[in-house]
Amino acid sequence: MSTTAAAPSEAPQSPTPDDERLSGSHNLARILRRPEVGAAVAALLIFIFFTTTTSTFIKPGGVSTWLFTSSQIGIMAVAVALLMIGGEFDLSAGAMIGTTGLTTGIMMSEYGLNVWVSVFTALVIALVIGVVNGVLVMRTGVPSFIVTLGTFFVLQGVNLAVTKIIINQVSVTGLQDAGGYASGQQVFGSFVKINLWGAQPLTIFAATFWWFAVAIIATWVLLRTRAGNWVFASGGAQTSARQVGVPVFRTKVGLFVTTAVAGWLVGMLSLFQTTTVQSTTGVGQEFIFIICAVVGGCLLTGGYGSAIGAALGALIYGMVQLGIVFEGWDNDWLYAFLGVMLLGAVLVNNWVKARAEAVR
Amino acid sequence: MTTPDKGATVIEVKDLGKSYGSVIALREITTSVRAGEVTCVLGDNGAGKSTFIKILAGAHEHSSGDFIVDGIHRHMSSPRAALALGIATVYQDLAVVPLMPVWRNFFLGAELTKGRGPLRRLDIEAMKVTTKAELAAMGIDLRDVDQPIGTLSGGERQCVAIARAVYFGARVLILDEPTAALGVRQSGVVLKYIAKARDRGLGVVFITHNPHHAYPVGDRFMLLRRGRSMGDFPKAEMTLDELVRMMAGGSELEALSHELQRELPDSQVTKDIEAEVKSL
Repeated sequence: MSTTAAAPSEAPQSPTPDDERLSGSHNLARILRRPEVGAAVAALLIFIFFTTTTSTFIKPGGVSTWLFTSSQIGIMAVAVALLMIGGEFDLSAGAMIGTTGLTTGIMMSEYGLNVWVSVFTALVIALVIGVVNGVLVMRTGVPSFIVTLGTFFVLQGVNLAVTKIIINQVSVTGLQDAGGYASGQQVFGSFVKINLWGAQPLTIFAATFWWFAVAIIATWVLLRTRAGNWVFASGGAQTSARQVGVPVFRTKVGLFVTTAVAGWLVGMLSLFQTTTVQSTTGVGQEFIFIICAVVGGCLLTGGYGSAIGAALGALIYGMVQLGIVFEGWDNDWLYAFLGVMLLGAVLVNNWVKARAEAVR
Repeated sequence: MTTPDKGATVIEVKDLGKSYGSVIALREITTSVRAGEVTCVLGDNGAGKSTFIKILAGAHEHSSGDFIVDGIHRHMSSPRAALALGIATVYQDLAVVPLMPVWRNFFLGAELTKGRGPLRRLDIEAMKVTTKAELAAMGIDLRDVDQPIGTLSGGERQCVAIARAVYFGARVLILDEPTAALGVRQSGVVLKYIAKARDRGLGVVFITHNPHHAYPVGDRFMLLRRGRSMGDFPKAEMTLDELVRMMAGGSELEALSHELQRELPDSQVTKDIEAEVKSL
């Protein structure tokens, strides 16, 4: 996926007269230097492994399940990757899924409000939290790791406490009665069935389409717009970026808002898919997003990375999570695997960065 | 912005002074910057060079004297105001993002775009071609403008920063110690590009503490010591030896040599300084 996605973006350069000192292997070398190559290779190997060692992994039912898991994680991982390229972290990203889901769910079930009123109220809350995160980080100079750790705990506490106060339970149910539920379901919780192979059709959920859309738009913004240039510059060398006139403040606050909005989107997708939301939804996933972004080629120090890579990182996560089940292994191996992937990816990324910086 | 005739005075300062409260950082500075000429500002650490640059660059306002640009008296309140007059400053840290490609760095903050509305996108082709052409005009021949700027040598990066300032309309280029962190060969490369910028009709203000770097490219030398000007000399009135002597402060160096001889009679430093004093 990655190499084919990268190739067209490089192709329009051919009108530039190529320097004769660049050998023919240059274009291949250029593709191999892209940050998402490692994740693409790993995803391919993992896919082949589970396809050959289990029978259910490649069945339509299996594919739609791991695609769905990858989609929800992937939307967040792409947003978190943009933020990390911009040089910041957001640990409140997971709890945000719960906050927005709970807000919408409670408004619909407890107060009987229209779906779209509830959905957009949750969006406004997400926007506000994103702006607060961004402005706090930029105005105080406190590392975003600490600031968003704070907002993470605040959101986690509020999610639990407020839910308990209002509905006296830990999970929200009974959404179907709210006005406009069908249209909300259509946008966030629908699916299409495709007859490809095997007896049963392949089910693709709305989340997967959203995931593809988010990854494509993020990649386009990152590589083809001024805003993308500013993201790389703000993360790579903040002072230099400011000196040449990059609006660093605006860029970074925008990135925090993007992550918060992604949290809202995943909150809605999970709410309408499962028609329920727990007050602990999303908690504990914030590091998974970061791991997916790093596996996809993001440097922890900022200024380098890829949105497609983060989407591939999420694909790896989804495939392994389900693959482990199909293999009949203990679920807990997933965490051990994630740890190994993270360490491996960090080492590969550092090596790639060192190669990118070496004088050629 | 039109390129002025070679030799036309762009910036003129007369009895310029700057004080911070009761501290007088700079007083009675007089010099000029002309199109197609290099004005060297020499001085040791703490001589007032950085205060002088900051006034020229618009970062600080002067507190006395005249600051005349194109014949008009100016009080510049911000670097943006200086830029609007075509005065660009290349600071020591160069304001580049090492992991980004050369062309993205070249246009950073002033990217070229095409298309409208949500389809407004970077005009990558135009930026790459322009970067390559502008660098070539400065005599920098890059194989690949797509390589991260961190892969260039210190001298080359300095030159990209200079080329960028030139492209974005600078008429006067202020270079803050561009050779300070560089080796002999790299310094030579930067001096070459300073000459190139001068030949393209720019007025260059070259700040340095090294007379051996200043002399070959300079047309005019202004020496600073302890916040005062020790004079503003055209090249015709100055030899390299005189410049070195004035910079080092001939008599002070002699005193230092005697002192060291007493303390460390056999050390290499003492011998070096003795040799230097003899050569003056």
